[in-house]
Amino acid sequence: MIEQRPTEDRGRQSAALDEARLRQQAIGVRLRQMFDEVVNEPVPDEFLDILRRADKQASETKQTPEKS
Amino acid sequence: MGTAQPRSVATSDDEAFKKELVQLIPHLRAFARTLCGDAAAADDLAQDAMLKAWDARNSFQMGTNMKAWTFMILRNQFYSEKRRSWRQSQLDQEAAERTLVAVDDPEAPVALDELRQGLAMLPPEQREALILVGAGGFAYEEAADICGCAVGTVKSRVSRARRALHAILDEGAYDRDGAAASEAMKSILADAERLSTVR
Repeated sequence: MIEQRPTEDRGRQSAALDEARLRQQAIGVRLRQMFDEVVNEPVPDEFLDILRRADKQASETKQTPEKS
Repeated sequence: MGTAQPRSVATSDDEAFKKELVQLIPHLRAFARTLCGDAAAADDLAQDAMLKAWDARNSFQMGTNMKAWTFMILRNQFYSEKRRSWRQSQLDQEAAERTLVAVDDPEAPVALDELRQGLAMLPPEQREALILVGAGGFAYEEAADICGCAVGTVKSRVSRARRALHAILDEGAYDRDGAAASEAMKSILADAERLSTVR
């Protein structure tokens, strides 16, 4: 039979460590979910509009000085 | 302002750059959301960062890590904007004063609200390190580049953040006076200051 008493404290300690590790994993999973939730949202049109405008502006200012 | 790069090379490079930048928008939004909390403010920040990245495209080397580069731009933008009007993490006092009971099941899902609040209570530099490494998928080295600090510093920030978050979530160790947060803010402002003068 395995003697329980003397190792009880150590057993409790390592159980607490395991528990902490599992808890950390659960927190980590949630953290990624929280981030990915936003990543997976559709990008508002505004973003692409802004970029399109900036791009258009860039190609206009680029062409004019080169030709003169 | 640098005059190093001639502008005329661009067109096809611009297209490639734009394509890659567009793909990064969702990630920029997510990172901004963790920094700002407020979704509308976060989108403003992400848009500004996107435009800044576009304007600085000639200083970006294609083939290098654009995600890390744009995250750095966003982060610098955030801290330079917030320099004056830094608001303390807006904690709902009632929720902050509620005592959380220790969890029975360590694998039980973590409530999103509580995670958000827990994150808000971390010192900003710990929070961003944890987000970058734990959620953004960056290696410690990349996170160090983004934050402008040593790799070892990122590692210790991440591990302190993990421990603190664990304690906050499971023991309800809510910070009520915000003292720790404002101390941390001083150092992050100093960092941001240094970064913006170096670049």
